[in-house]
Amino acid sequence: MRLLLSIAITLLRAKLKQSVIAAVGVTFSITMFVTLLGFMNGLNGLLDGLILNRTPHVRLYNELKVSPQQPIEQAWAQGTAAGADSAHHFIRSVKPKDELPRLRNATAIMQALENDARVLAVSPRLVAQVFFNVGTVDLNAQVSGVDVMQEVRYYQFRDYLVQGDPQDLVAGQNTVVLGKGLADLMGTGIGENVQVTTATGDRALLRVVGIYQSGLADLDKVQCFANIKTVQKLLARPGSYFTDINVKLKDILSAPALAKEFQARFDVDALDIQTANAQFETGSDVRNIISYAVGVVLLIVAGFGIYNILNMMIYEKLDAIAILKATGFSGSDVRRIFLLLSMVIGFTGGLAGLIFGFVMQNVVDNIPFITAALPTITTFPVDYDPKYYIIAVTFALLTTWIAGWFPARKASQVDPVEIIRGK
Amino acid sequence: MKATENILEVHDVIKSFHDPVTVQVLKKVSLVVKRGEFVSITGKSGCGKSTLLYILSTMDTDYEGEVMIDGEPTRGLSGERLARIRNEKIGFVFQFHYLLPEFSVLKNVMLPGLKLGKHSTQEVEHRAMQRLRELDMHDHALKSANQLSGGQKQRVAIARALVNDPLIIMGDEPTGNLDSKNSGNVFDIFKSISAHHEQSLLVVTHDNDFAARTDRIIEMDDGKVVG
Repeated sequence: MRLLLSIAITLLRAKLKQSVIAAVGVTFSITMFVTLLGFMNGLNGLLDGLILNRTPHVRLYNELKVSPQQPIEQAWAQGTAAGADSAHHFIRSVKPKDELPRLRNATAIMQALENDARVLAVSPRLVAQVFFNVGTVDLNAQVSGVDVMQEVRYYQFRDYLVQGDPQDLVAGQNTVVLGKGLADLMGTGIGENVQVTTATGDRALLRVVGIYQSGLADLDKVQCFANIKTVQKLLARPGSYFTDINVKLKDILSAPALAKEFQARFDVDALDIQTANAQFETGSDVRNIISYAVGVVLLIVAGFGIYNILNMMIYEKLDAIAILKATGFSGSDVRRIFLLLSMVIGFTGGLAGLIFGFVMQNVVDNIPFITAALPTITTFPVDYDPKYYIIAVTFALLTTWIAGWFPARKASQVDPVEIIRGK
Repeated sequence: MKATENILEVHDVIKSFHDPVTVQVLKKVSLVVKRGEFVSITGKSGCGKSTLLYILSTMDTDYEGEVMIDGEPTRGLSGERLARIRNEKIGFVFQFHYLLPEFSVLKNVMLPGLKLGKHSTQEVEHRAMQRLRELDMHDHALKSANQLSGGQKQRVAIARALVNDPLIIMGDEPTGNLDSKNSGNVFDIFKSISAHHEQSLLVVTHDNDFAARTDRIIEMDDGKVVG
């Protein structure tokens, strides 16, 4: 094998210019492949992060809804069974009960979840609808009472805080972080006080300690955050009053199954991240397919280049093939020589492609990309996952192997007698 | 090993070309070459002597009859096995030298030896150098094959044929491209090979002077051995 490789390399060196051109084709496509995939997946990660970072894997809540079985229908069924004449009732529905949107037994549920090995983090939430009073106008908003340190740790809260420090939200009572849009509407900023009115008419004064920007303008006009205790106090509810429990799982893929399980076990409503954000996964998949398709097409083009060059080389080297065969190299030896030749082109070209790909990824990573919607992003996002390098090299070797296989087979079938007698 | 051992035995070989019409070019050819024998095959152009040589060389496998090299029937053997036999037991010298211009003279001679894999690279190099020295070509060992004259190239080609100590050396008009002086040189080399190394030689030639000086002449006419 080493002998065959050294013959292959000698033949390559004799045709250095053509070999380099063939290798450059591979280099170019691998560079593009790696850069494109890194960039696309960086973008995917960014866009997914916009929603997914801040979305719990499973959200437990209590939804207001009408009773699934209306009492009148039960009575009706009994009546018909007893032989009553068919008649019409005018009662459409029983309205939802006047029930607090709280999670019953929330403390016990949290306890159980925290002991569950599949669960990474549990954080309670208390969401309240409020009005901010600005002069004579009341602005509708939603205050989420959160466990601030849990949010910082598991939901990248700090990344979306454009001003202020989450610590202030933990330490101070009656403090609030306003959405950027909302703060702009009210013309207020850090250190100022804002007046809020709850749905039940209670009023309170909150101090602004931070500005929050999610990148979704509509959300930033209504979303505010406060310490969960502050919101409990605002609503005059006890310390065990939560409306939501957000669960982050160790394995995001198990969310749908676990959501069902929690729903049955705790008698609450549960929504998993896949159901809530199905469209994001589709978008990522489509972008991935496009970048793979472009990369593979580039490699196929490079493969044709190698095929052409090898074919030409075989016609030029018919004499050499004939004499190798006459002096004891078998057909499969000759095939291996030309396959090796192709693989050497693929390997060196591919390796150079990886290096250039890494350089290009760095270049893209340093192109400024500033958008108001994404406060933490200053340059184009790039995913440096080594996975793409491995895929690229595998593809490069595979394409060059296939491109080399046909000419190599042709070379192995060269009849030495025909060549030698033809002279 | 006995000196009378048959290195090459050919029984009733028939060869036909089918394109465009079927023509029988070899009609039941039989012959024997013994160890150390220097045999030439002569005949008019088109009498089938080269065709016969390529069948004997195991490169042409499309024939009827039997060819035995060193007692082993070659009919029906795999391509790998035939390549091995060519590598180990047969040396070739053609009218054209067929040296690979990408390699040095020495490497050209070494290639069949490296393929055989019987000896280490150093040993093969040593043997190749020895063959080149015997042919007085050792000064040119590191040159490219392109830098040599026609006679020199042919001598390198002979060294390449000898590097694995084959049992038989086959030549297809080995002096066809050479002037009479170089042609005489090649003959002397062949003669000394058969004398000193006990290797057989089977040379196809239409050069009657060359043939006359060999041990035995096989004359062919119209696909048959006539003398």
